[in-house]
Amino acid sequence: MKKNWLKGTVAAIALIASFGTANAGPNDGGSMVVTYKDDVSTLDPAIGYDWQNWSMIKSLFDSLLDYKPGTTELTTDLAESYTISDDGLTYTFKLRNGVKFHNGREMTADDVKYSLDRVTNPKTQSPGAGFFASVKGFDDASDGSGHLSGVTVIDNNTVKIELSRPDATFLHVLAINFASIVPKEAVEKWGEDFGKHPVGTGAYSLGEWILGQRLVFKKNADYYHAGIPHLDEIIFEVGQEPLVALLRLQNGEVDIAGDGIPPAKFLEVSKDPKYADNIVEGSQLHTGYISLNVKMKPFDDVKVRRAVNMAINKDRIIRMINGRAVVANQPLPPLMPGYDPAYKGFAFDQAAAKALLAEAGHADGFTTELYVANTDPQPRIAQAIQQDLAAIGIKAEIKSLAQSNVIAAGGEDDQAPMIWSGGMAWIADFPDPSNFYGPILGCSGAVQGGWNWSWYCNPELDKMAIEADSMTDPADAAKREAAWKKIFTSIQDEAPWVPIFNEQRFTIRSERLDGPDGIFVDPVHIPVHYDTVFVKDGM
Amino acid sequence: MLSHVIRRLFEAMLILLGITIVTYMLLYLFPADPVRQIAGRSATPETVNNIRHQLGLDLPVYEQYWRYLTSLLQGDFGRSYIQKTEVAQLIWSRLPASLLLMVAAISVELFLGLTMGVISAVKRNSSVDNSLMVVSFVGVSAPQFVVGILLLYVFAVQLGWFPIGGYGDAKHLVLPALTLGLLGSGWYARMMRSSMLNVLEQDFIRTARAKGVSKFRVILRHAVPNALLPIIAMIGIDIGIFMSGIVVVESVFGWPGIGQLAWQAIQRVDIPIIMGVTLVAACSIVIGNFLADIIALFVDPRIKLK
Repeated sequence: MKKNWLKGTVAAIALIASFGTANAGPNDGGSMVVTYKDDVSTLDPAIGYDWQNWSMIKSLFDSLLDYKPGTTELTTDLAESYTISDDGLTYTFKLRNGVKFHNGREMTADDVKYSLDRVTNPKTQSPGAGFFASVKGFDDASDGSGHLSGVTVIDNNTVKIELSRPDATFLHVLAINFASIVPKEAVEKWGEDFGKHPVGTGAYSLGEWILGQRLVFKKNADYYHAGIPHLDEIIFEVGQEPLVALLRLQNGEVDIAGDGIPPAKFLEVSKDPKYADNIVEGSQLHTGYISLNVKMKPFDDVKVRRAVNMAINKDRIIRMINGRAVVANQPLPPLMPGYDPAYKGFAFDQAAAKALLAEAGHADGFTTELYVANTDPQPRIAQAIQQDLAAIGIKAEIKSLAQSNVIAAGGEDDQAPMIWSGGMAWIADFPDPSNFYGPILGCSGAVQGGWNWSWYCNPELDKMAIEADSMTDPADAAKREAAWKKIFTSIQDEAPWVPIFNEQRFTIRSERLDGPDGIFVDPVHIPVHYDTVFVKDGM
Repeated sequence: MLSHVIRRLFEAMLILLGITIVTYMLLYLFPADPVRQIAGRSATPETVNNIRHQLGLDLPVYEQYWRYLTSLLQGDFGRSYIQKTEVAQLIWSRLPASLLLMVAAISVELFLGLTMGVISAVKRNSSVDNSLMVVSFVGVSAPQFVVGILLLYVFAVQLGWFPIGGYGDAKHLVLPALTLGLLGSGWYARMMRSSMLNVLEQDFIRTARAKGVSKFRVILRHAVPNALLPIIAMIGIDIGIFMSGIVVVESVFGWPGIGQLAWQAIQRVDIPIIMGVTLVAACSIVIGNFLADIIALFVDPRIKLK
């Protein structure tokens, strides 16, 4: 129903430059091998929140809503249809009939209620509990004194969800992993170990898990969605260094290198005509930026922040990472609704930057610190930024630390004057501009331990954001998008960030695999939409 | 003898207790907050506080340590923050792979190192001796990460003799064992060479030769066993070096042992796992040294107990 503002996004995805093979019609059967460096932590959808388990969980579980493969367009999943009341506060979902959990039991409206109660129960320790804050009863649920009173079972196949405030992002919230539907009996049987014994309704079920070595997903023959999945089996091998994984892929032993192409091998592999058909490029909902802490001198002065924005040569930084990104001039990535293609931002002009700095009373520059995560290529990028700043007289000392330490410094208002966000922030949880505001640019994120590292807090914009998120009527979608556009360009005029680039994603797949290019760089099922991948004829 | 063993065991317990205290304190001085790591970037302050409380991380450090120690004494290593699994289960499932790798690597280093050492000593100051010592020097100095990748590239990717990383049959074991063993073999070659040179100058060797025993037999029957004594003690120390080596080698080769587990845990600030692996590593070093002592006693009865 709320698809209007997503239309532009779909069009954008259609335009994503990709040079993959043509889609030859899906085959059924076969298997594929996917590798990852790290162990899979958990497959509990209420808890799993990392790069590798995100898409795995999506293949084991379903939610009421999902996205069309390869796009950011919302579609129904376990819900067959839904209605939204005029005031935007009541959502009624009609569930699909005859959907079965992997244990054979039929999924009902009680399971929906149980799952939402579970994810917001503090005992579950779900990192995603906060997403459900707009559901009635959330406060009681999250302090353990009650449960989500807004979720009501009408009958076996109907569930009603009442909100305490209008929330235009709510349908997206119901599509994230944390809203996956789980069977109570399996959760209670396994307790804390449910994440190692997941039972869902998804396209695959967990067949085998040898800790530290491999996981095997088996095709769910009872899957409600006819014709999906195509593969009989997916084997995830963990503990594989990205470089070794790439060598194995080139040797025909691996089908998807889950951690991508290692930076050191990127040019060699991407220029090799042998792999031209097997590398798929796609956009992601990511912006890499430098945060300028507005609570620390001299970044409390908007002129200084603007000068820094003008001083950075973004093209050079992109060349340093082998062109794996596009230049950013505003916080939102181009794939996100609310991105303003007409917005020009601050052009690269070091002479003007120097003049502006002099106007702000820093004709001789100043000394500051630039925090950065210590994994390649981040320190190299920080050095480029350092050189650009030196050109206008700013001496920035690089503080290259472990990622968690940089995040910790950003969460204090007096520690990190500048942070290069590379490797840490920010990729959206769901394709809605709201997710790019609250935690990283809004007042709610500008708290100790928060992610608003620039500590920029503009109550007026916060008010506008709340108003935008109250526009739940699908007819207001364009108005809402315009409101967000205004919010983000207003922020950028105040320059709490220096947006540097929007990273592109590159997936390398084996010769055997096929499917539309979009599913190999899926913006939501990151990194690959496992359910729709198939093996080519005779391979 | 028995009292010696008991005393050594008691000392070992004290050392392990000391290690738990030092590691625990070090990890809690670590500036990164594990709760933030668990809660993720979208957590509300309530979620963060709730998790901190449930894990007991809001208690004073000494109280947290006491809790940890009392659980540990009951065999409970705690639960991984990130992997949400019992640490004991994680370590237990990976220990066999690490032990296998370690035994294989010790065999490699002893075989290569001792052979090189004996040949060098016998051919003292010849070009053979010089080349072997250069080889051992390279072995000692080359970073294992580089050696591992190099071996993988040459013998697995180019020649296709071995699988490209992974775990399974004997073929999977060769390259990681070689990478890990090469470092030690350099040390052993140098140790064995000087030890042999020492022995070869002893009177009993000259006597044996004078009695007409063949040179080959003198070396194998008389010189080598005597030269081996200082080496045995070194194997115990070696286990410590291996423990640091497996972190690198297991990661390069995708070998599912505790080294790889430790490396992942360090990156994700998963303190219970880091503690668990450190303890297991410390135990194995203590046990290795202890066994080396005992074996030395049996091999050379001249060593007197005080």
